[in-house]
Amino acid sequence: MTQTVQHHKEPLLRIVKRDGIARPKAYAIRIAAVLASLVVSGIFIFAITKLNPIQVYEAIFDGAFGTNRRSWVTIRDAMMLLCIGVGLAPAFKMKFWNIGAEGQILIGGVVTAGIMRAWGGDLSTPALLAVMGIVSLLCGCLWGVIPAVFKAVWNTNETLFTLMMNYVAIQITSYCVALWENPVGSNSVGIINQMTAYGHFPKVFGQAYGLNVVLVLILAVGMYIYLKYSKQGYEISVVGDSENTARYAGINVKKVTIRTMAISGAICGLAGFIEVAGVSHTISTETAGGRGFTAIIVAWLAQFNTFVMILISFLLVFLQQGAIQIASQFNLNDYASEIITGIILFFILSSEFFINYRVIVRGGKEAKGK
Amino acid sequence: MMDQLIRLLQSSICFGTVIMYGAIGEILTEKSGNLNLGVPGIMYLGGISGLAASFFYEFNNPNPSAIVCLLVSFLAAFAASALGGLLYSFLTITLRANQNVTGLTLTIFGGGVANFFGGSLNTMAGGVGQISVAATSAAYRATIPALSGLGLPGKLFFSYGFMVYLAIVVAVVLHWFLNHTRQGLNLRAVGENPATADAAGINVIRNKYLATCIGAGISGMGGLYYTMDYIKGTWASDGTIESLGWLAVALVIFATWRSVNAIWGSYLFGFLFWAYLIIPNLGRKDIELFKMLPYLVTIAVLIFISLRKKRENHPPASLGLSYFREER
Amino acid sequence: MENTYAIQMKHVTKRFGKVVANDDVSLDIKRGEILSLLGENGSGKTTLMNMLAGIYFPDEGEILVGGNPVTIASPKDAFDCGIGMIHQHFKLVDIFTAAENIVLGLEEPGKLDLKAAAARITEICQKYGFVIDPNKKVYNMSVSEKQTVEIVKVLYRGADILILDEPTAVLTPQETDRLFDVMRNMKADGKAMVIITHKLNEVMDVSDRVAVLRKGRYIGDVATRDTNPQKLTDMMVGHAVTLNIDRPLVEPRHLRLEVQDLTVLTPDGVKALDHVSFQAFGGEILGIAGISGSGQKELLESIAGLRATEPGSHVIYHPPAPDEPIAGQHVPVDRSGEELLGKTPRQIHSIGVSMAFVPEDRLGMGLVGSMGMTDNMMLKTYRAGKGPLLDRKSPRALAEQVKAELDVLTPSLNTPVRRLSGGNVQKVLVGREIAQNPSVLMTAYAVRGLDINTSYTIYNLLTAEKCKGVAVLYVGEDLDVLLELCDRILVLCGGQVSGVVDARTTTKEEVGLLMTRFRKEAAQA
Repeated sequence: MTQTVQHHKEPLLRIVKRDGIARPKAYAIRIAAVLASLVVSGIFIFAITKLNPIQVYEAIFDGAFGTNRRSWVTIRDAMMLLCIGVGLAPAFKMKFWNIGAEGQILIGGVVTAGIMRAWGGDLSTPALLAVMGIVSLLCGCLWGVIPAVFKAVWNTNETLFTLMMNYVAIQITSYCVALWENPVGSNSVGIINQMTAYGHFPKVFGQAYGLNVVLVLILAVGMYIYLKYSKQGYEISVVGDSENTARYAGINVKKVTIRTMAISGAICGLAGFIEVAGVSHTISTETAGGRGFTAIIVAWLAQFNTFVMILISFLLVFLQQGAIQIASQFNLNDYASEIITGIILFFILSSEFFINYRVIVRGGKEAKGK
Repeated sequence: MMDQLIRLLQSSICFGTVIMYGAIGEILTEKSGNLNLGVPGIMYLGGISGLAASFFYEFNNPNPSAIVCLLVSFLAAFAASALGGLLYSFLTITLRANQNVTGLTLTIFGGGVANFFGGSLNTMAGGVGQISVAATSAAYRATIPALSGLGLPGKLFFSYGFMVYLAIVVAVVLHWFLNHTRQGLNLRAVGENPATADAAGINVIRNKYLATCIGAGISGMGGLYYTMDYIKGTWASDGTIESLGWLAVALVIFATWRSVNAIWGSYLFGFLFWAYLIIPNLGRKDIELFKMLPYLVTIAVLIFISLRKKRENHPPASLGLSYFREER
Repeated sequence: MENTYAIQMKHVTKRFGKVVANDDVSLDIKRGEILSLLGENGSGKTTLMNMLAGIYFPDEGEILVGGNPVTIASPKDAFDCGIGMIHQHFKLVDIFTAAENIVLGLEEPGKLDLKAAAARITEICQKYGFVIDPNKKVYNMSVSEKQTVEIVKVLYRGADILILDEPTAVLTPQETDRLFDVMRNMKADGKAMVIITHKLNEVMDVSDRVAVLRKGRYIGDVATRDTNPQKLTDMMVGHAVTLNIDRPLVEPRHLRLEVQDLTVLTPDGVKALDHVSFQAFGGEILGIAGISGSGQKELLESIAGLRATEPGSHVIYHPPAPDEPIAGQHVPVDRSGEELLGKTPRQIHSIGVSMAFVPEDRLGMGLVGSMGMTDNMMLKTYRAGKGPLLDRKSPRALAEQVKAELDVLTPSLNTPVRRLSGGNVQKVLVGREIAQNPSVLMTAYAVRGLDINTSYTIYNLLTAEKCKGVAVLYVGEDLDVLLELCDRILVLCGGQVSGVVDARTTTKEEVGLLMTRFRKEAAQA
């Protein structure tokens, strides 16, 4: 009765959802994806430079950590990416697609630059930094709250609204760049307060970027606690899972939406402040430089865990810096780093599939995993 | 004043054509339920591969034939863009990665590839704005002398390269396809309710793949038109294609997912973008503020659509969701 | 000989992860007969049929159509074999018309001609006795119309084997009769039909043969004329079921909720509830019967403060009197009664009303699917305690308690509840709601999809609450249960109260009639 019946034609590959996966195995899959992306990036670099594979990775490492200065640039850029990711985490955890970080950063940066120019000599640098920080925070907050209000009240699509807000911010930045042009005709603002360094971040622990690191790490730890252990963080999780459940629990979904986007926008605005006052000391439409988008992916891949975000940020920046180094050695351009960013992200995105699903080859054997 | 107005309308139509391609391709993609935020990246891919293909053809042939120029660049652009769509499809349909994140990654990747090779092409050609694809660009910009010389109507309606008219044709054909053919009906069902389409015997996966890849191919034409006609066969790594790509995404909403609406919508966007041309005494910085207009209008339309709750104006019901038949 | 079988399924097994949905099932379907596939919820009926419809692919086993082995890997393959399935959840595209839905996916030569299709649809309708408008959009259709579209869709494709998955769950008795007439017409036309159901009277009424599944296994089949409901029940559940639900009478009962002229509009402006008035007492279970979509959901959600109501509506809450057993746990609000409408769930809570609500959509409304038991326990109470941080201690203790008392099977308290089985999900939800010591307990389809044992656990919990003096509102679909569990039954029909009956004295027929009372009037208007 129970003898097995002969299989007839069955699809070659079938996909079955996993019941859940052991944590080490999930990480093993992710690490494999990162390694695979490194191999493909290496092949890409090899194809355009003809460096042998070992040299490729040596050059990448040299580019990211070859000198003390390069190491600090890597740390500085990773911190910027992390900062934006930390800002985006609460919004995305709420399933609010805030792809307007670019705009929120720029607006924060523009007001920082404006205040730096206007009151450079009038206030002491600590007071100036405080004013710039607070105003940039408020402006970023405003840029985040506008789409959130429309989403909350009329359910206006936030993905596209925040996207459009980016371009409004870019045009405002262009306007200010034209307004503050220095020297005239250069189409750039130049280093603001270059001689006096008014409103520039002071050295901390003897490091030019020490304050950046301190600020961003405080934000990252704070956000971790906020999301995981605070009542507001709990509300964000509930709203993100199901708005109906949130209403059922007596949560004011509109209020949470607006409040969360205020926080998200504020941190992104603050990122603009850190970039202008702590890194570039100038403002241009490239101040955000696409990191508002990259950070979305950082936050999403880390599943909003800010500590995992640190790792991903470092990985991305490490490869980008390496690519930039190689590009300058071989007289290529910096965009190589964006290609490599794309490759890594594609691989990590793909790896999620193998964490959530199993593939069964005809005959019942599984292709991946046990 | 008249001249200015005509120039404004011409600029609007050229500008509109770039984003119309992007939007039409994205409408086809979104009708299958895929929200591809990689449109800017795809337009980048289309632009650079068309440019690169004709560059190498012209580089190796002292007397390039206009037809071959067109074919080579056109096919290269379509293929590269469709390949971008294929990558997106593989990740989101087969591997079920998040659509928004995959799209954004594609935008980063496409921009990187295009600007990397565009920069190299610029270096090879001897500097920015120096890419010599003169023959190809001329072929793209060729007009019919008998028609374009017809005074005012000639200037207004017949002074453009063929890509301007092709965009309108594609928009109309797509509209007809979606609403009056069996395959169009099936495709719309896939985007509205894939489980239903599946139960009706429609191959959901194939429809999504095809719509996304062909849609990407069409979107990529926007990049091709931009490089060949709009900036006359050069390459500039200034991020314009990216901003135009996002406008194309916005236009999809503006057109409420109807490709024929994208025709006038795109020209309107162009008009708003260039409106400062007819406003006298504008400083350079004021122009920047004016360029905000299309984005502000899109925001207004977005709000308007969300206020008016009409069933037929809504996005495809399953937009942004991946489909797995055995999901329980 | 082989021609008598339309379909033979041999040793079919289907697993979902660790759960075996169908275990070595062999089933035959004959031409020109109506086969009832009978089984409890979760017995694997739908899964089995989905393998014929190409929705699932069997892990093991073989399917023969007309005696020939076939592979049904997709719904298209199923159509090619002449198999058409009408799913419980309609597979229709809302913004398409009936005709567009019917021709969807067809590979006919020539261009899309919706007029010709409409003509053929009308022809099919006349042949079997349906009525539909081919140009009506699905989002404007009633449930019964949608079902008709589904059936015509299958017939349009020339299917001669029809599978209907619980087709009567959403129909009025009259509509059910009409459907059965159509099925008999189709049988006379030589078609094979499978009707999935767990309603015994329908099995006896319409089918020629009954096949029974239990917990994924095939139990056997009998000719309908050789059996009776009692025997079928025994086959279905494995042991004789006495539906003896303990129903003590609680005295005295105190007025707890007074609902007056409650009117609620749907987003489209249709009246979901139309001047609904009734009273609910502490110490009784008030059953709420009605065809699904008669306003049950809106009623409970309005009382819970989750829906906007029209002016003139009132829900007055009367707190437990001092002599009631639960009085001590509840802050006495205004003694003359407190209006609940116009208040948010938090405001209702803040005036001292402890209202428990087990909604129909357990994971989409009652629980957070991505969180574990602990975090779900604090869904309504997370605000407790000072300061901005959460207190997870007491929720964890409560989770432990619910897990132990209700036998919740979960790998850990942090396992997302989405991964638990339906019965365990419901235990988590009901456990949390009862733990808040409610004075009003509302449940919507509390036992839907649960096995018999879990269902009884729920019945006992509700009865225990009733004995404490809680006012229990029980929205149900199984009339047998309503009649044996409740003290009184309120019947809703088209958003209006069509009657309130004493559950101890009423009959199924009386309730069934009330469920459809306003339908005819509406149809005439």
